[in-house]
Amino acid sequence: MSEKKKKLTRREKALIRTKNKLSSPWATGISIIIAALWTIPTVGLLVTSFRQNRMAISTSGWWTSLLPKNWSDFGLANYKTVLGSGYNLGSYLINSFVITIPGVLIPITLALLAAYAFAWCDFPGKNILFVIVFALQVVPVQVTMIPLLTQYVKWGINNTFWVLWLCHTIFGLPLAIFMLHNFMCDIPRELVEAAKVDGAGDVQVFLKIVLPLMVPAVASFAIFQFLWVWNDLLVALAFAGNTPATAPLTARLSDMVGSRGSAWYLLAPGAFIAMIVPVLVFLFLQRYFVRGMLAGAVKG
Amino acid sequence: MDILLHPESGGQKIVAMLFAILLFVVVVAVVLFITNLPKRMPSWGVALLFLLPSVALICFGLIYPSVVTFKNSFYGRDGTQGVGWANYIQIFTNPDFLRVLLNTVLWTILVPLVSTLVGLVYAVLVDRTRYEKFAKMLIFLPMAISMVGASIIWKFVYDQRVGLLSAVYVWAAKLFGHTVTAPQWLMNAPLNTFLLIFVMIWIEAGYAMTVLSTAIKGIPEDLVEASRLDGLNGWQQFIYLTIPMIRPSIVVVITTVAMAGLKSFDIVRTMTAGNYDTSVIANEFYTQSFQNQNTGLGAALAVLMFIIVIPVVVFNIFQLRKSQDVR
Repeated sequence: MSEKKKKLTRREKALIRTKNKLSSPWATGISIIIAALWTIPTVGLLVTSFRQNRMAISTSGWWTSLLPKNWSDFGLANYKTVLGSGYNLGSYLINSFVITIPGVLIPITLALLAAYAFAWCDFPGKNILFVIVFALQVVPVQVTMIPLLTQYVKWGINNTFWVLWLCHTIFGLPLAIFMLHNFMCDIPRELVEAAKVDGAGDVQVFLKIVLPLMVPAVASFAIFQFLWVWNDLLVALAFAGNTPATAPLTARLSDMVGSRGSAWYLLAPGAFIAMIVPVLVFLFLQRYFVRGMLAGAVKG
Repeated sequence: MDILLHPESGGQKIVAMLFAILLFVVVVAVVLFITNLPKRMPSWGVALLFLLPSVALICFGLIYPSVVTFKNSFYGRDGTQGVGWANYIQIFTNPDFLRVLLNTVLWTILVPLVSTLVGLVYAVLVDRTRYEKFAKMLIFLPMAISMVGASIIWKFVYDQRVGLLSAVYVWAAKLFGHTVTAPQWLMNAPLNTFLLIFVMIWIEAGYAMTVLSTAIKGIPEDLVEASRLDGLNGWQQFIYLTIPMIRPSIVVVITTVAMAGLKSFDIVRTMTAGNYDTSVIANEFYTQSFQNQNTGLGAALAVLMFIIVIPVVVFNIFQLRKSQDVR
């Protein structure tokens, strides 16, 4: 009897819950409005990127192209235009990759070493140094830009990939050290100490015990660093120089908005070429993304 | 050498990148090798070697430049002539700059409040519904795309001739019997600032929703049950149970997003470049430092940003610690 009752209530609970949420027309209405506001603008630009008639794009709303009689207008012409030799978004796309890959690898590796030192080594002034690194997260990158630029110009390496790698490494380090240190402290102390008793040096402990356990944490942070570097505009504008030699897609697109403000047949496909990579990364690694976000991986 | 510093073709760029990665791997390998060399490396020695690259980069790239910028903020255009507080006085007295400060305040207050509200409401509404996962993904996706991409998406919505906003505006006016043409939305101060702020809200709501949704799911089941037995309806439950239980998370979300709002640059730069009274501190810093070549004024704006961030961060840390104590 009691068994039966319990089963019933659990199902009832679920039912009531769903009912509570859905029965109120207000609740449904509000969530649909929010969902629509958050998706329709993107859909609109996506549809536009496939409309081949430039005249139609600048005279009629994108929704009119959804009528079946207008479907024949859809095609890839705009994508061919922006990737072609005139606008050359392809080479900016390569720049984005060339900037991003070392811009993620280098700070994470350096931060892993530093986090290991903070978590498992003893040295005088450890706590103070850690607090300093933690506090440096708040420094807005703007504060550092002009002196860094002066230095790079003096060394003759301004507007090269090297300064972009260096900048993204420097700006990513404080948060990377802080977050990876937090994850590293979750590794059981006994594990590390047992290995040391067995005669393993710090390098072996780092490579064979800590690193394998840090893979999920590294993945979480890597996604964030990837998105920051890929989507960054400020560092690119300040240090990359607005040329196809080094500028990433974001800088090129931002510039195109300024110079070709309402050329939607260029901006729409351009925006989606820039978006496709982070969206794919995000969709496939969503689990790690959420975990990193909850652990505080948010740059102000 | 030239290929590594100034690669031209795509292939050369990739070669330069691979070289840089290889160089880095060698450096790390050397650090590990030296650490492993002595039979018994003292703990502080390991720490010294492991911390050296990071600390050196931080000193070179964060600490030293910050000090120089602080000094520069008391100098003139080219950083040679001391001008005392003149740069700061200009920021706080010139009407154009006062506008910039006002806009920054609007961004810093509205973005966190509205995106937290939207995120919270949406998290509660879709919580434990059948399509929760999909519904959340829709709101979440704008976080992955760049602010430049988001700016293009919304600039298209705000387009005077073919934008969705203009169409809705004309259609709504027609409903009330008026025939109107849509305004140039982004040239219309002060409306344009709010339109730009909305783009940031659109991006940040996903973050608020995810964090708050996790907090809501962390509320103990028996408390929810008890409140229902006490006869609380959905709304009362929201006010008297959900909100107090997730308060620490709400505070963390608000402060974190506030910092993002304060530092927002990409959206303003891309959509209006700060014209038509839409500029904010971060954009003005860029304009003064890189376009007007006014190092002193740019430095003062950067220092100002720094000073505004500090209390928000300190507050955030205290709240974070408090929320951890509760747990």
